[in-house]
This record gives sequence, C-alpha cells and structure tokens, in this order.
Amino acid sequence: MIMSRTIGRRVKLVICYTLVAILSFTFFIPFFWMVRSALMDHAQLFRYPVQIFPNPIVWENIPYALRSQPFAIFFRNTIFLVVMNVIGVVITASMAGYSFSRLQWRGKKIVFYCLLSTMMIPGFITLIPTFLIWSALGFHNTYVPLILPAWMGGGAFSIFLSRQFFMTIPKELDEAALIDGASHWKIFWVILMPLLKPVLAVLAIFTFMGTWNDLLTPLIYLRDRNLFTLSLALASFRGPFGGRWDFLMAASAIVTLPMILVFFIFQRYFIEGVTLTGIKG
Amino acid sequence: MGAKVSRSRKHFRRNEIYGWLFAGPAIFGFLAFTIGPMITSIFLSMTDSTLGFGGNFIGLEHYRRAFTADPLIWISIRVTFTFVAISVPLTISTAFFVALLLNTEGLKGVKYFRTIAYVPSIVPGVASAFLWRWIFNPRGLLNHLLETIGIPGQNWLFDQNLVLPSLAFMGIWGIGGNMVIFLAGLQGVPRSLYDAIEVDGGSIFSKFRYATLPMMTPTIFFTVIMGIIGTLQVFMPALLITEGGPNNASLFYGFHLYRTAFVNNNMGYAAALSWIMFIVVLAFTAIIFATSKHWVYYEGGDDR
Repeated sequence: MIMSRTIGRRVKLVICYTLVAILSFTFFIPFFWMVRSALMDHAQLFRYPVQIFPNPIVWENIPYALRSQPFAIFFRNTIFLVVMNVIGVVITASMAGYSFSRLQWRGKKIVFYCLLSTMMIPGFITLIPTFLIWSALGFHNTYVPLILPAWMGGGAFSIFLSRQFFMTIPKELDEAALIDGASHWKIFWVILMPLLKPVLAVLAIFTFMGTWNDLLTPLIYLRDRNLFTLSLALASFRGPFGGRWDFLMAASAIVTLPMILVFFIFQRYFIEGVTLTGIKG
Repeated sequence: MGAKVSRSRKHFRRNEIYGWLFAGPAIFGFLAFTIGPMITSIFLSMTDSTLGFGGNFIGLEHYRRAFTADPLIWISIRVTFTFVAISVPLTISTAFFVALLLNTEGLKGVKYFRTIAYVPSIVPGVASAFLWRWIFNPRGLLNHLLETIGIPGQNWLFDQNLVLPSLAFMGIWGIGGNMVIFLAGLQGVPRSLYDAIEVDGGSIFSKFRYATLPMMTPTIFFTVIMGIIGTLQVFMPALLITEGGPNNASLFYGFHLYRTAFVNNNMGYAAALSWIMFIVVLAFTAIIFATSKHWVYYEGGDDR
C-alpha cells in the first residue's frame, strides 16, 4: 500500500517534469529562433530542408543592422525617456502614496477611488483629446507628452501600488517623528524613503519596461526621426528591411537584449511587482 | 485649553494642506490627463472636427453614423468579440494550468521555469510582433515543425479563418504575468484543505475540484476581468502584424479606432468610437461583476 503510493507519487513527478521540460522548450524556442535567424544570411533562412543552426554564422548581420540605422541616437533617446520617467514616477507616485495612506484630509477617499477607477477607462478615450490638446499647445513632436504624465503620479496603478506599500509600514515611526517636530517633508524623505526601497524598485522597473516597450505614444507624437525611440525605430524598419528577416531579427534582438538584461538583474522585483498586482487587485 | 484646541486645529489644517500638496501632482495629473480629456472627448465626439478642435457641432450624428453607416464597425465588433472568446479562455486556462503544474509538491527547479515562462512577457511588443510574423511565415518555424510530423503547413496570417486563432496562439507566449499571479494565488491555498481531502481518500482531481478551484476563484475572477478589458481594446497585433487583414478578418475595434483617429485624422468620429468602446467595456465588467457572487468564493464572506 505504502509502496504503491510512493511509486504513484514518483510517476506523477516524472510526468510533471516531462511536461515542464516540454513547456520550457516551447517557451524558449521563439528566442532561439530570433537569435538563430539573426545570425543567418537570406539564403540560409530559406534553405530547404530547413537549416536549424546558422552555418556559417553570419555575425556581420549585427553590425550591419546597427550601422544601417542610427541606433546610437535611438538608444540615447530611449534611455533619456526611461530615466526621466523613472525619476518622475518614483517621486510623484510615492508622494501620492504617502498622502493617501498617512495624511488626513477632506475628500481623500473620494479622490483616491476616482483615481483608481481610471484604470477601467479605455486608453483611447483620453488618448485622442490629449493628443489634440498637446498639438494645440505646440508640443507635437517633442518629448513633453511622453514625460509629463510620469511626473503626475505615473498613473493610477503606480499610486495604488505605493499606497498599499505605505499601509504595511508601521505608523508609529512617523508619528514619533511628527511629535518630535519633524515636518512631513522630512518624514517622507528621510524616514520613509529608505523603507520604501522594494516598492520603489517595482515602480522603477515597471516604468522602465513601460517606457522601453511603448510604441503607441512615440508613434503618435514623434515625427522627427532623430527623436525616435528604439521601439518606434524598430517598427519603422519594416520598410527598409522589408522581407529581410535576417536584419529584422537582428534588430529585434538588439532592442530586446537590454530589456532581458534588466530583467535578470532585477528579477526578484519583477516577480514581486506582478504578484502585487494580482493579490491586491 | 483654548490654546490646545487652536493648536490641534492648526495641526489639522497643516495636515490638510500637506495632504493636498503631496497628492498634488497625482491630482493635477488626474484632472489634466483623465477628467479634462474625458470632458473634451464628449464634446469632440459631437463635432465634425477632423484634425484639431473647432469643428461644427453636429450632435449625435457620429453615433448615428457608427450604428447605421459604418460597415466596418460591425465587422470590427464581430472580430473583437470572436478574439475575446478565443483568446481570454485560451491564455487564462493555459496560465492556470502551467501554474498548477509548477505548484506540484516536490517539484524542483520551479524558479528556473518560472523565469523561462515569464521572460517572453517583457519582450518589447514590436520585437515580439516581428518574431511571430516570422514564425508564422509560410516558410517559418511553425510550418517547419508541422511538416516534420506530417501536417501540411498553413498560411497562418493570411487565411481569414486562421488569423485570429494564430494571434491568440501567439498570446500564449505572453502568459507569464498571469502565471505568476496564479502561482501566488496557489501558494495561498491552505495545506489543511488538501490534507483533509487526502484523509478522506480523495483523489488529485477532487483536491482540484473541491480545494484548489474554489480557493482560486478570486484570482480567476481578477485575471478574467483584466483579460477581457485588455482584449476588448487590443489593436497592436493588427497594427504591427496583419494590418487588419486578410479581408478585414483581424480588424479589431481598437485598430479601426486607431486608424480613424491617427491615419484618417477623423478625430471627432474616433472620439465617438472610443465612447462606444467605453460603454462595451463597462457593460462587460458589470456583467462579470454581477455573476461573480455566484461563482467567486471570498474568505470571510458569508458562510456556506
């Protein structure tokens, strides 16, 4: 009886490991295909029967793709936007979180729930008038529409996340400081900021990812090629690299790689952040 | 005593001011980037403006046009609903299944697999769109794989009947976020429930049916709501992969809206389209919320 149970358990584990292996392979294969195609020439890509590994490896695709388009400029633009947005969201979202969790003021609850409910509003409702307003103000083809929202709390989700985190920090800490005569400003910056590190990391990473991967906002606001971000530039390669899957895959890999590096460095915060969205939602 | 009262009132006033001050940027952003544009959008949808403000007031003409004189809108609504019906159950059940698998007792290396499954969802949308266009290419990876097991290749993205299932299939690659949410939820199912069922001689299936599934309904509810709201607005695959084709078979409502606004520069009409989308999203959310009390189990709720 006991023996059959351990055997049953073992069989179950073997089945699970097999499934996990198959799934891992399935999730991984597209990455492999991207890199493999990036390192082949056009003839190798369409050889029949299919050639799985590049032979010879066409390393030149990478420098070719990099040189044929001003990648350095796109990269610099993207980094600039990422840095600006990360700083903006981290500061203003955590300030809002402090206010909504710690300070007492009339209308706080209503304002907070109004803010939260904006998560349900389809982006297009606000996108079209916002676009027209920015254009009327003369900010079309500038970074202002891409940066300013991040300095306004960075959206309901960021504010919600930081408020939830503030709720977990014991109130006694800042109450003691308040009695000692410290200002709210000081409590926020000096006492609470260091404790906020985990949620700030989550906010920073989500903002990084959002800015790096965003296509729509740059697409509608930016006309001048010198202002393009990597995602927007990549989308525009379909013309010049049309049908050249080797170059398109090389360019895609180049744009993807930094995101993956950031993921592996800050993996813990990614998973934490996603978990928070689910549990608190 | 008088001094004490005035001090606490002063303190209260100070708190009040600081409250608004700290939330200031967020509140300003809310007014400037949500409320303001929403009000503008209502008016915009009632003008014949194309690119910019200052069109003539035409009342509800755009809404009338949307329902009576725009053949594309009905196609796009059908496409979008079909896609929601295929994609949401497919991606959520796959994410749930993978999370269940990883939650198996005694399974090692979960962390590594979680990483492998999560990484695709951080790949820039444009890069993953190009990658999948290439995978779905008639001479691409998918057809190669199928041909090796004797199944004839298909023209995935250029076949009216296959394009939506193909795009939904592509969505499976991005289930990482939901999978992590499900995993976190599964870790919250109390062990004692499983033990109780085990003592009663229950099988692995009764564990799933009577412990896991009911305890996971709040998480399922959350992912389904977010999945439906997100998928109703989807337009990127059309923008980057299919351009709405073939023969409008992937003309998502969001893509129709995007094209109306930013390609055809018909802003007034596009604003009206966005309000119709808003109503639809609201209706779906309301319906799911209304059904939730019949199938979502909340701990600490009423006993059953």
